[in-house]
Amino acid sequence: MAFESLRVSGRRVRRPDLTFAVMDHNVPTGDRSVPVSEALSANQMLTLQKNTNEYGITLFDLQSPMQGISHVIGPELGLTLPGLTFTCGDSHSSTHGALGSLALGIGTSEGEHVFATQTIWLRRLKQFAVNLRGVLSECVTSKDVILSIIRTIGTGGAIGHVVEFRGPTVAKMSLEERMTMTNMTIEGGARTSIIEPDQKVFDYIRDGPFAPRGRDWDEAMEFWRTLGSDHEARYDRSLDVDVDPIEPQVSWGTNPAMTVGVTESVPSLGDFHDAGDRLAAEKALKYMGLLPNQRISDIPIDAVFIGSCTNARLSDLIAAARVLKGRRVSSSIRAMVVPGSQSVKRRAESLGLHRLFTEAGFEWRNSGCSMCIAMNEDKLSPGERCASTSNRNFENRQGPGGRTHLVSPLTAAAAAIEGRFVDVRDYGVASVEELGLEGAVVA
Amino acid sequence: MPDPIRVLTSRVALFDADDVDTDQIFPAQFLKVTERKGLSKYLFYRWRYDEAGNPLGSFILDVEGFRDSKILLTGRNFGIGSSRENAVWALTEFGIRCVISSSFGDIFYNNASKNGLLCVRLGDDAADAMRNSVREGKLVVSVDLEKQTISYPGNQFAFEIEPHIKERLLRGADDIAFTINNYEEEIRGYEARMPKYMLPFRP
Repeated sequence: MAFESLRVSGRRVRRPDLTFAVMDHNVPTGDRSVPVSEALSANQMLTLQKNTNEYGITLFDLQSPMQGISHVIGPELGLTLPGLTFTCGDSHSSTHGALGSLALGIGTSEGEHVFATQTIWLRRLKQFAVNLRGVLSECVTSKDVILSIIRTIGTGGAIGHVVEFRGPTVAKMSLEERMTMTNMTIEGGARTSIIEPDQKVFDYIRDGPFAPRGRDWDEAMEFWRTLGSDHEARYDRSLDVDVDPIEPQVSWGTNPAMTVGVTESVPSLGDFHDAGDRLAAEKALKYMGLLPNQRISDIPIDAVFIGSCTNARLSDLIAAARVLKGRRVSSSIRAMVVPGSQSVKRRAESLGLHRLFTEAGFEWRNSGCSMCIAMNEDKLSPGERCASTSNRNFENRQGPGGRTHLVSPLTAAAAAIEGRFVDVRDYGVASVEELGLEGAVVA
Repeated sequence: MPDPIRVLTSRVALFDADDVDTDQIFPAQFLKVTERKGLSKYLFYRWRYDEAGNPLGSFILDVEGFRDSKILLTGRNFGIGSSRENAVWALTEFGIRCVISSSFGDIFYNNASKNGLLCVRLGDDAADAMRNSVREGKLVVSVDLEKQTISYPGNQFAFEIEPHIKERLLRGADDIAFTINNYEEEIRGYEARMPKYMLPFRP
């Protein structure tokens, strides 16, 4: 629609060389050799093809080996770089902040403004430091950390702020773990999120086909190394989080702040002192078909979705595989893996992970946003309950009437086997070595 | 180009829910429509229609006397979540020109400012006072963007707004033209200075 409006006003795309397009939200994840069956989606994809052609923009279409979810392929292809200002017509653009880029999710009109001017109007954002300290328990992930932070600050807690994750625990995390956190800060209301780039970031993008090379790479590194925050930097707000006590998290309600630990119970209405919160909780429980005080481990589920820009990178699939090794999905469960990109899919297949998933009873699909937003054929039926590694548990998000519980890939995999939520910390999870993968795992 | 806003006077419709995300304002299932027009029928779809698509009639904007309200008063954190601008287009096509809340999702707020939809951030106390007045009976208020006030008999509240957004809403202006006319040289200068490593590698 931004292209249409550009055309009407006789404007051009200022820098097609700095503009990229990808098909992700509505693409089918099944067989890609057959035409797209859904007419509206097919039309939307055709329109994108025509527009990118007309304006000379590189498009990763359904058949491209580089296709995938925008927030997965950007870093993978070396398109997202530290120090860049980056915009994308999707709220989860904050993901790219894990590479030290200022990444902004924008709407259509702002997109048109970027097309035409290569700039964006931005009020100076307030800064919110989240300092992570301590060591995560075995099988507790950065997804559990971000869910517990959103539970603490609420869905609007970081409105108007850039959240910067800092501290020794962040330094120890892999880039993919960090991206899971920056991805979900938008669910706490943040305008975006950022982490100072380090060697892990540089190593991750180094071989990307669009990353700088040779002397340009060396100059880039010199610049990127200057991008850290000063020790004495002052923030408008800060939050210290000790990660040691964080347990695997499971959302129970209809926004990501409605989350508890796996050993806890659904709250009782008496726990809410604010009348608005109580009403929202009551409505959420009704929609979710849950009772106050119900134990999380007593909630039976119907479906499991491992995918989305939050948790569908190679390390996420490996984490799920560690749980599935030697086990089978419960016969009552529909379970699918939708890799975050075709590259993730290929790399996983070269390790033999697809066999591990399919033998355990998971569907192994092509890349796209899939059941995170249910704009293709992957969706829940009314009342169906899903353990999902995605980022939003809003009403109807995964399909009309569908019920979403946000969890980590490990918790999702364990739920697929048991048909209910279990504490993965005492679930006998295999190590990466014990997976016996058919090639070297590169972090 | 959106119509300029100066003073809006209208009966207030109260949608008293917190954390109304853009999925609720405009469900994802309707995002595949590639037109900006005709979106208002999907506005607050799940609040206004049952599973079979029949109108419920109970949602405030469907209640007699509120169908033509230009001003919507809502709970906190309105418009959080997805960046979809369809949420704004559906509201404006329906006839809403002003949303009042104690806080808005950042992307929604920006999108609104580009489409002639005024988002007024009102402190919790003022919002509560207004909410009570609406509950007590018909409440007609005037929102004066120039003076940055909301007033109704017995009450007046001031609100803050970013100067460039105020200007844009007052004039219904095209901000792309504004940027190009005022900053073309700076943009060109920056582009000339951009180091090569900032550009995507092309073989």
